[in-house]
Amino acid sequence: MTAAKAMDRPVLEIDNLVIAYKDQDAFHSVVHGVSFAVRPGEVVALVGESGSGKTTTAQAVIGLLAENGRLESGAIRLNGTDISKWSQKQLDTIRGSKISLIPQDPTSSLNPVKTIGEQVGEILKIHGRGDKKAIEARVTELLARVGLSHPELRARQYPHELSGGMRQRVLIAIAIALEPALIIADEPTSALDVTVQKRILDLIDDLRREFNTAVLLVTHDLGVAADRANHLVVLQGGRIQERGPTAEVLSAPRSPYTRKLLADAPSLAKPQRVSKANTGSDEYAIVVENLVQDFPVKNGRETFRAVDGVSFRVRKGTTHAIVGESGSGKTTTARNVVAFQKPTSGRIVVDGADVTALRGENLRQFRRKIQLVYQNPFGSLDPLQSIFQIIEEPLLNFGRIAREDRTRKVHDILERVGLPESTLTRKPRALSGGQRQRVAIARALVLDPQVLVLDEAVSALDVTVQAQILGLLDELQQKLGLTYLFISHDLAVVRQIADTVSVLHDGRQVDSGTVEDVFLRPGSDYTRELIDAIPGTKTFALA
Amino acid sequence: MTSAHTTNQPLLQANNGFLSKVSLSLVLRHLRRVQPGLVLAWSIIGIVTLWAIAPEFFTSQSSTVGVAGAQLRAPSADHWLGTDALGRDLFARIVYGSVHSLSGAFIAVAVGLLIGTALGLIAGSVRGAVGDIIMRVVDVLLSIPNLFLSLSIIVLLGFGTINAAIAVGITSIARFARLARSEVIRVRQSDYVEAGFGSGGTFASVLWRHILPNSLTSVIALAALQFGFAILTISTLGFLGYGAPPPTPEWGLLIAEGRNYIARAWWLTAAPGIVVILVVLAANRISQSLGKARP
Repeated sequence: MTAAKAMDRPVLEIDNLVIAYKDQDAFHSVVHGVSFAVRPGEVVALVGESGSGKTTTAQAVIGLLAENGRLESGAIRLNGTDISKWSQKQLDTIRGSKISLIPQDPTSSLNPVKTIGEQVGEILKIHGRGDKKAIEARVTELLARVGLSHPELRARQYPHELSGGMRQRVLIAIAIALEPALIIADEPTSALDVTVQKRILDLIDDLRREFNTAVLLVTHDLGVAADRANHLVVLQGGRIQERGPTAEVLSAPRSPYTRKLLADAPSLAKPQRVSKANTGSDEYAIVVENLVQDFPVKNGRETFRAVDGVSFRVRKGTTHAIVGESGSGKTTTARNVVAFQKPTSGRIVVDGADVTALRGENLRQFRRKIQLVYQNPFGSLDPLQSIFQIIEEPLLNFGRIAREDRTRKVHDILERVGLPESTLTRKPRALSGGQRQRVAIARALVLDPQVLVLDEAVSALDVTVQAQILGLLDELQQKLGLTYLFISHDLAVVRQIADTVSVLHDGRQVDSGTVEDVFLRPGSDYTRELIDAIPGTKTFALA
Repeated sequence: MTSAHTTNQPLLQANNGFLSKVSLSLVLRHLRRVQPGLVLAWSIIGIVTLWAIAPEFFTSQSSTVGVAGAQLRAPSADHWLGTDALGRDLFARIVYGSVHSLSGAFIAVAVGLLIGTALGLIAGSVRGAVGDIIMRVVDVLLSIPNLFLSLSIIVLLGFGTINAAIAVGITSIARFARLARSEVIRVRQSDYVEAGFGSGGTFASVLWRHILPNSLTSVIALAALQFGFAILTISTLGFLGYGAPPPTPEWGLLIAEGRNYIARAWWLTAAPGIVVILVVLAANRISQSLGKARP
């Protein structure tokens, strides 16, 4: 009886939480009256886009709000005790032991000058758990528990000697070291490849079951939340849009915002696109044959083969996707195609021109045909130029075009990518991520190229913005007959936009063909593993 | 990093909503954020510049002709900062001297800024052997003590205000070149520079449109810092007798001349000394504010 009662009592109760940030001199609320509860052994997912207040809420629970943040009102009850008014010193006693945090970025969350063992041992030392020997033994045990091979060796290594997934495991080891009642996982897998993401989430799931820990999962990825959480809390602009059991929210969303999120999430939405893989023209816009790219390593004494014999053809007016995880050689292939990098061997023909033979002025003229859109819209626009200057620049590079013609062209292209004219005088930093990516696309299109290479062009964007940009790309392709080479790690997005696909793994092409073929009848184990790892597929299959 | 980004987002969006009020609120915000130290620094530089442009508006006394029988007077209503051993009004000499110190500092900074930045720009963007050679020469320049280097250059060029200024400028080339090169290398790695090449830009046009403007913020901050440093070094050279010859009222020379009477008339060294210190500090403060204003 009592056990059942204890099971029912929430580990964490958030009641009408209001948080404000100081901007200049005034406080602006960013979280407006958020309430929810997390019970033992339960996963509650806070889902929302950037600016929804999900991270702020999670930070408030553990008392780690940014310096200009302030808890205005509301209660945070941990096992029934309100900790919202506690001092940092009081909070120190529960951080790590009662609540722990798995941070987002495994690269910057570990101290680069301390060994893994020292960092895992630190939490045990702070909370006074045993002497040096006991701590060492416990560290090894923990590292083994989170699935790291050779735990004794790992304990002596430094963070840079570990891969991203291994580092995330170390952070999880730190988080579970004292068997806390609540783990806050703030985007624990956003920086990882899908297959690694799946393994890490599985690990968190196992540990939760084993210790009956409550998990507060903060994520932007509805697919991850759908797969892993018992309860969903959907946030938008600091307000709860919807909350309830996961299956209920997904099958019968009540708020229009949730419906929109569900429709925009590439992993959950059904592909609606009509494939042009076989209907496009017979001409090929891009032909890549047996592409090989070596890079010198260790001061040129050895070479590293980044791309090893990749071949594909893209028909005019269709989209070819190159899919792979980090280090698979997909970006290198893209850079070879746009002639930023001379391949070691192989042939690349873009619109009839042999790219590898181009240099000097011919190469410059070739750039009119093919344009690259970068992953990060924050880094690919010159911060000092106005939007007008950015879009106009390619026109200045080719021939003398009268000022009026240039202005008209810039206005046309701006309208085409769906930006208001008022943006022309602004600087990039005054625009949102989605708007910036539209500017980058406008700059790429202003020269009327035939081929657009999109290097993870939507990966840095929120799902609703991502859906808008993908829609824009589709529309532009139909109107202008563009050919896209779409580089992505996200199979769900690829299924939505691409006609044909190449799957790369360690520089080799392990699978290729039309999207339907590759997705329904994967030709290699690796492709199958990739497809299985797409978050949200389980739920999608059930629905 | 990401959490800060996430939490700032609503604030940005709130700002976008009030576009019509942006200019007004911007002005108000600037007024509220006035930093007294920075205002003071700019007014010091402003006053000294006005002294250099129109000294006759600030004093009716002569800077070079003394008044007989009025030697080594203490500060009074007639002579605000007293008189020197030849009966010349010290305040007038400081006011008239500003043109020498300021123009010297301007020439010094211009020499360092133009040559140094050009070298840094070339070294950072061409790299290879050319870049290496430039940077090794810069290293050699850096390894020679500043005062020693400027003294040697003056000995080669001959004495005088302009030559002293050029000498001081040459000693700062190395510093400008180093900073400009590191900034150029940082900017060169950014995506927008590659995008500039990718959209058909030639080497020169990308250099001019993207690399130079984005590298200049820190370089300009260094120029302001060097301005103060140049005034100090030119005064030092004047004090040592390598700068302008007497009776030019150059600030360093004023301090040197006053030194002989330090027991009887301490203000002869103190007053020009304080002016030099104030101008140098003001330049430092302005440089700091420029350095912070990077995008």
